Amino acid sequence: MKQFDYVRPATVSEAVAAAAQPGAVYLAAGTNLLDLMKGGVSRPDRLVDVTHLDGLDRIERLADGGIRIGALVSNADLAHDADFAKSYPAVAEALLSGASAQLRNAASVGGNLLQRTRCAYFYDTASRCNKREAGSGCDARDGENRTHAVLGWSENCIATHPSDFCVPLVALDAIVEIEGPNGRREIALDELHRLPGDTPERESALEPGDLIVAVRLPPAARGFAAHARYLKVRDRTSYAFAVVSAAAALRIENGKIMEARLALGGVAAKPWRARAAEDVLKDVAPTVDAFQEAASRALADAKPSGDNAFKIELARRIVVRALSLAAAGTPARIPALPASPFASTSGAIHA
Amino acid sequence: MPELNLTSAPAHLRHGSNIGQPLTRRDGVLKAKGQATYAADNHPPGMLFAVMAVASISRGRVTSLDVTAAKRHPGVIDVMTSNHKPELAIDPEIKTNPFVFRMEVLQSNEVRYANQPIAVVIAETLEAATEGAALLAPRYETLPALVGLDAGESFVPPVVGVGNPTENHRGDVEAGLAAADKRIDAVYETPPQYHNAMEPHAIVAAWDGDSLQIDMPTQGLMLSLARVAELFGIAHDKIHIRSPFLGGGFGSKGLMAGPPVLGIMAAKLVGKPVKLVLRREQMYGPVGHRAPTRQRLRIGTDSEGRLTALDHHARTVSSTFDDFYEPAADASHTLYAAPAIRTSHDAVRVNTGTPLFMRAPGEATGSIALESAIDEMAWACGIDPLAFRLKNYAEVEPITGKPFSSKALRACYEQGAARFGWAKRPLQPRQMRDDAGLLVGWGMGTATFPALMFQAEARAVLRRDGSGAMEIGAHDMGQGAWTALAQIAADELGLDIDHVDFKAGSSDLPDAGIAGGSAHTATAGAAIHSAGAAVIAKLADFATSDERSPLFGAGNAGVIARDGRLIRRDDESRGESYAEILARAGVAEVEARGTGAPNPAAMEEYAMHAHGAVFAEVKVDPELGQVRVTRMVGAFAAGRIVNPRMVQSQLFGGMIWGLSFALHEEAITDRRTGRIMNANLGEYHIPVNADVPPLDVITVEEHDPHVNALGIKGVGEIGITGSAGAVANAVWHATGVRVRRFPIRIEELLK
Repeated sequence: MKQFDYVRPATVSEAVAAAAQPGAVYLAAGTNLLDLMKGGVSRPDRLVDVTHLDGLDRIERLADGGIRIGALVSNADLAHDADFAKSYPAVAEALLSGASAQLRNAASVGGNLLQRTRCAYFYDTASRCNKREAGSGCDARDGENRTHAVLGWSENCIATHPSDFCVPLVALDAIVEIEGPNGRREIALDELHRLPGDTPERESALEPGDLIVAVRLPPAARGFAAHARYLKVRDRTSYAFAVVSAAAALRIENGKIMEARLALGGVAAKPWRARAAEDVLKDVAPTVDAFQEAASRALADAKPSGDNAFKIELARRIVVRALSLAAAGTPARIPALPASPFASTSGAIHA
Repeated sequence: MPELNLTSAPAHLRHGSNIGQPLTRRDGVLKAKGQATYAADNHPPGMLFAVMAVASISRGRVTSLDVTAAKRHPGVIDVMTSNHKPELAIDPEIKTNPFVFRMEVLQSNEVRYANQPIAVVIAETLEAATEGAALLAPRYETLPALVGLDAGESFVPPVVGVGNPTENHRGDVEAGLAAADKRIDAVYETPPQYHNAMEPHAIVAAWDGDSLQIDMPTQGLMLSLARVAELFGIAHDKIHIRSPFLGGGFGSKGLMAGPPVLGIMAAKLVGKPVKLVLRREQMYGPVGHRAPTRQRLRIGTDSEGRLTALDHHARTVSSTFDDFYEPAADASHTLYAAPAIRTSHDAVRVNTGTPLFMRAPGEATGSIALESAIDEMAWACGIDPLAFRLKNYAEVEPITGKPFSSKALRACYEQGAARFGWAKRPLQPRQMRDDAGLLVGWGMGTATFPALMFQAEARAVLRRDGSGAMEIGAHDMGQGAWTALAQIAADELGLDIDHVDFKAGSSDLPDAGIAGGSAHTATAGAAIHSAGAAVIAKLADFATSDERSPLFGAGNAGVIARDGRLIRRDDESRGESYAEILARAGVAEVEARGTGAPNPAAMEEYAMHAHGAVFAEVKVDPELGQVRVTRMVGAFAAGRIVNPRMVQSQLFGGMIWGLSFALHEEAITDRRTGRIMNANLGEYHIPVNADVPPLDVITVEEHDPHVNALGIKGVGEIGITGSAGAVANAVWHATGVRVRRFPIRIEELLK
């Protein structure tokens, strides 16, 4: 491997200072970064290990009814936090549908947000990739691109963001707390990931040295707990990235949808909030017709980026299904096959 | 390497003979404790690490390597390139026998496929060697890659598989099709697949003068040794290969491939022991794979649903520089009683590593196409798929007309169907739903695999302390050879298994042939059988010719070996222990050798195959197209079952592989560059636990007096056949959509 410096700062401010220089990257669990380094995709000069920083591994209930999740909380610990899972069931279901038990035990909240695309051409250093090397070209555009983006892509990049966790988070208006060289700031998760445009190498709104320290869900997010689901279609039952996924959350009163939240995963370079679809669901009865209209709105701007036209139709169907599942009510327990179309199969063996 | 000490914990209690007992793995505790020494676990003093640099183009030439940069990296000792390497004794392009494949060992700058080794960096640490390889920053002159089943002019290869005729026929297929009442004509495609053994190919090579010590997983110790001997120009007895455990092989570790040869060359270059382990992506190129196929099946039936003709043509690929042709169409030779059968193959050459045998080569690819086509034909006739198969049951082998040495397939169909509940299957597709509204489908497939035998030798010893030994250079790839072969040895020596010192996995033991073709237990078992009989005969000679023995005068034929004693056949109360016989004879031990080999006369007379029937249930989301297998039952007849636990495990593995074939496995090849874009276990999908339903395996009793002395047919590969088709047919039955391109994907079921 390439030789690199490894530093383990004692405080957040030391970490930010250590990571602000060019060639430095943060190391949390490393479930993605270490693979990238072994493959020569990522060749940092310095790893700033943040796993020992104090205070980033807590789940805090806030006085206003929101919740604050430290960036170093593991995916598994968050998903298995009983109160969290009860309040934000779609988030827990999404977390448990991702990766494998071993990876979830290690992977962190902050790392999940910043995981890189799974585009094969990004991982393959012999291929051209504008994301890996700005301006080099995109070999995915005319390559094997069955799983690539159908929304928000550009000629420069058709990669998708692979996170499950981010999909319900963005639907629930999650906020990202960032500590940077100029102090603390916060942005909506929806603004964290960037669409590729002409600069696919710039994946997020983070600046050098910026460290995600927490993710917050606002008080309103809890209001969807009774009708919130995550649904993920994939090429095998577990341990596979979404072909397409959706998080649906509804607030239903007196047989009408008061408020709907909808986001799609596996379709774009960011978790895709479908606000136009949400709008048509306001103040209507939760019917399949309404959900179909929402689906059609959600995918109105979709276009294939290659051999992936099927993903548009699949996404529509997933939207309808996810909304239907949400309308039917959050199950008392997270299914043994979380987010799977087979979740309701009796006798299911845990993924 | 520590002593294997497999017998330190007593084997399970047994009742009667050892053969047939479900002993647990005798190496299981070692493996559970991490004490089983796999090749890459060896670290001889002074060992260096070698890392291959591999080509990132699939056709062209390496024009430059930055050797200086690599050598400047701290810890790098040397860089082996086509200009700087030990010379081999023979040109690696020369095929000295049919089991030699061409390999890339830096003999030129030409690149013939992606991931071909182009240099080897040797360093003090793995990390330094890895970075050294990255620093080589190769430049290439790139030529347009030949990719896919239509890459160029097709040709008819001289043979397919291992020496099979490219074409076979019996009867007049065109006349049979013309006369048919109903016909189908369908094209199926199967993708390139890679063996992906859990343990990557690895070697630790250490030279001592002109002697060579090798730790390397191999399915063929003596074939590998012979190849190393000729490549390096050293005598066989100067080479020792240890291969006590393999983390899977599936055909990819049968023959010597280029990378381990590079490890030996590297050790020679630097004069120190060297370890070379392939990275996962490096296994997608130089160590073989299953070639893609496009298969056309034309089938006709008369008005009663009896086959009139079966025509099976397979297109496949080989590399641009060597020949291996997946014999997919040969799957149609044995199963269905068509009066006219034709099988044929053609091929194109592409920029790929040479394809190789991969678990059920030909049978797996051919079976999924044939079983799909038979299912389509049954549907066209309006007949239940099981009834259709029974109506066309082959009482003799269709392509040859030979009787079967044994064939309990009817019992497999009956027992499997009963266990599965097949009788309740609606004929029409898309008729069944579960409580959640998921589509449910039931499909079946027939399994078959030839009962092969190779040649092997074993050495048996009986010792004065009452113990015995059986030595054979056999291979445990995880299938359980340490256990099953020891069970045979114990029975042949007339000893409790705990009193048998069973030795295997080393090239200084008698040649056990190759662990392949599902023939290893039969072949090695036959050698063990004859060695055991020979040593017992020698022991009996001592006793029956000595008037002080109670066995005096009994003659060889009149003596039985049991529980460490020889007893008179005509009076079992008279006998004495092996220890007593050897003590009186004044010898410490008695030894004998025996061989196992196919019986040409029996092979001439009989068709020899294992059979089975696999039934699968799938559920499919009607709108979203995701598929999940929810039940599988497999009933298999494979002659004598030496260890039911190991056999069940082998059949589970095969059935899961079949599921994988139908739904998951595919090396995704970039159509422009010929490079594989999912060369890792995250993206090259195989089933995970959640994809595998509870599996139900039935072993159907079958006695075969012809295949070999022990009546063993082998179970290593048959589980894939039938299973893949059963899953594919179940998907059709669930959805009404017939997918003919494998693996079946979501998008095909969205229509």
